[in-house]
Amino acid sequence: MAAVTRPTGRAVARFVILLVLGAFFLLPLVAMAEFSTRGAGGTRSLASWAAIVDDPDLVEAILVSVQLAVTSSLVVLALLVPTMTWIRLRLPALRRLVEFLCLLPVAIPAIVLVVGMAPLYAWVNYFLGDSPLTLTFAYAVLVLPFAYRAIDAGLSAIDLTTLAEAARGLGASWGAVLLRVVVPNIRTALLGASLLSVALVLGEFTIASLLNFDTLQVRVNLLGKRDAGVSIAVSLLSLLIAFALLFLLSFVGRRRRDTAVEEG
Amino acid sequence: MVAPAPVTTAVGGGAKASPRHDNRGPSSKSFLAWLVVVPFLAYVGTFLVYPTALVLAGSFQDSDGGFTLANLADLTRGAYLRAFLRSVELSAITALLGAVFGALLSWAVAVGDREGLPRRAVVAGAGVLAQFGGVPLAFAFLATIGFQGFVTQFLRDSFGIDLFATGAWLFELPGLTLVYTFFQIPLMVIVFLPALDGLRPQWREAMDSLGGSSWTYWRHVGGPVLMPAFLGALLLLFANAFSAYATAAALVSQGSPIVPLQIRGFLTGEVLLGRENLGKALGLGMVVVVGVAMGLYAVVQRRFARWQR
Repeated sequence: MAAVTRPTGRAVARFVILLVLGAFFLLPLVAMAEFSTRGAGGTRSLASWAAIVDDPDLVEAILVSVQLAVTSSLVVLALLVPTMTWIRLRLPALRRLVEFLCLLPVAIPAIVLVVGMAPLYAWVNYFLGDSPLTLTFAYAVLVLPFAYRAIDAGLSAIDLTTLAEAARGLGASWGAVLLRVVVPNIRTALLGASLLSVALVLGEFTIASLLNFDTLQVRVNLLGKRDAGVSIAVSLLSLLIAFALLFLLSFVGRRRRDTAVEEG
Repeated sequence: MVAPAPVTTAVGGGAKASPRHDNRGPSSKSFLAWLVVVPFLAYVGTFLVYPTALVLAGSFQDSDGGFTLANLADLTRGAYLRAFLRSVELSAITALLGAVFGALLSWAVAVGDREGLPRRAVVAGAGVLAQFGGVPLAFAFLATIGFQGFVTQFLRDSFGIDLFATGAWLFELPGLTLVYTFFQIPLMVIVFLPALDGLRPQWREAMDSLGGSSWTYWRHVGGPVLMPAFLGALLLLFANAFSAYATAAALVSQGSPIVPLQIRGFLTGEVLLGRENLGKALGLGMVVVVGVAMGLYAVVQRRFARWQR
């Protein structure tokens, strides 16, 4: 008897939880879709969505955010992959320090970081001009913890020492070891790190807004004061893009998870 | 499948395989080895350590750069103290709500198919709302329960209920509490789901075969095993809400009920002249609160690691 009732009780509980919390989380998304398609006099209209491409400032901001997403991922990978590989191979004494530095941004709220970065950016903009792409410097710091964890997991999953020794023994330079041995072997981890960085940069608001750069989220926030319909349409769009990226990420991570299951 | 590389053996092995470096002597070799790490250290030093140090040092300086404790003393009274207390209250309430409902949602997902689409969708959705929601989340709520929101209109037209009868609560602390749970519950799912996955089905089977009920299982096995993970997640959620800025900034344009918004006031220059370092002191206060929560999190996490293997 107990064996029969328990699974059904569990299924009911599961169903109720998924239904209630699912509705709780989907309601705002439905409301955004409804709000952004309101036309005059109770009709439906896609004017707010069409206005996204008609607003040159918004398109510009979207392009800036996309470029920032690319440059930030590249910078963080270029910084971390050689450093973390080298530390595992030759300087294990530094591993603790690098880990600490990489995870430090978790303990320092972005709003605090921006207080310290404001004077720094006065110098950056003095030397490099005030292109919004200079935000790359700040964003590479923000994504550091995420990228570190992803790359660290990737490097832990391969026998780095043996691979590197074999390549070196066959006469490969350290550059070749890095680009032709390490990178291809941890490409899933690198892709994961990049996707996380992209999603994070596309959603970033704090630093961009307080350093006065026009990125996607800053523009969305400004738009909200003028045209709620368009700002809500773009908000929904950016949430959906981030969702698509992370959904993709769940497939990227699959191979590693499969092996983990076999282990356990 | 593949064991992590034993790092310590790498030093000798790597050196042997590079005869080119051997004739340069040990000092230049270790110098070269360090050189590889310099770009990383220089970068992190410039864009992470330096700005942080600037905030910490500025907290103890007056407008002329002299040492003072006045900034920190100001945090302990008046509007700043109230903002800290409200921030702590907001973070604690939303952490608790997020932890409880997030744990329930994690459980509902964990008992399903590991590779199934519902789980993937929930995990990806949780990632979006927990980490990248920010401004869009504020607008989601304007679309839902703002003055012209979907739900607001529905309740007004169908039932004559005015959501804003008691004032513009959405743009004040109650509104922030509601919106914050929208990224707290998802964050709980992200951090708590792995812990639930760590529960061995064999424990449940053992309990079943010994005649224990669902209740005895959760009371004596599941609950105690998950408790450290739950407490750790609670601390992480607290730190997360305390650090959050974007959602609040997009929602609250007037007044600064919480600390991050007060720091905004200092950065946008809406403050007393000559007290710029007060903003840095607020930053130091935030780092201390978040740092304590994260430190406790690390301690709890280490205890919990025993059950993960």
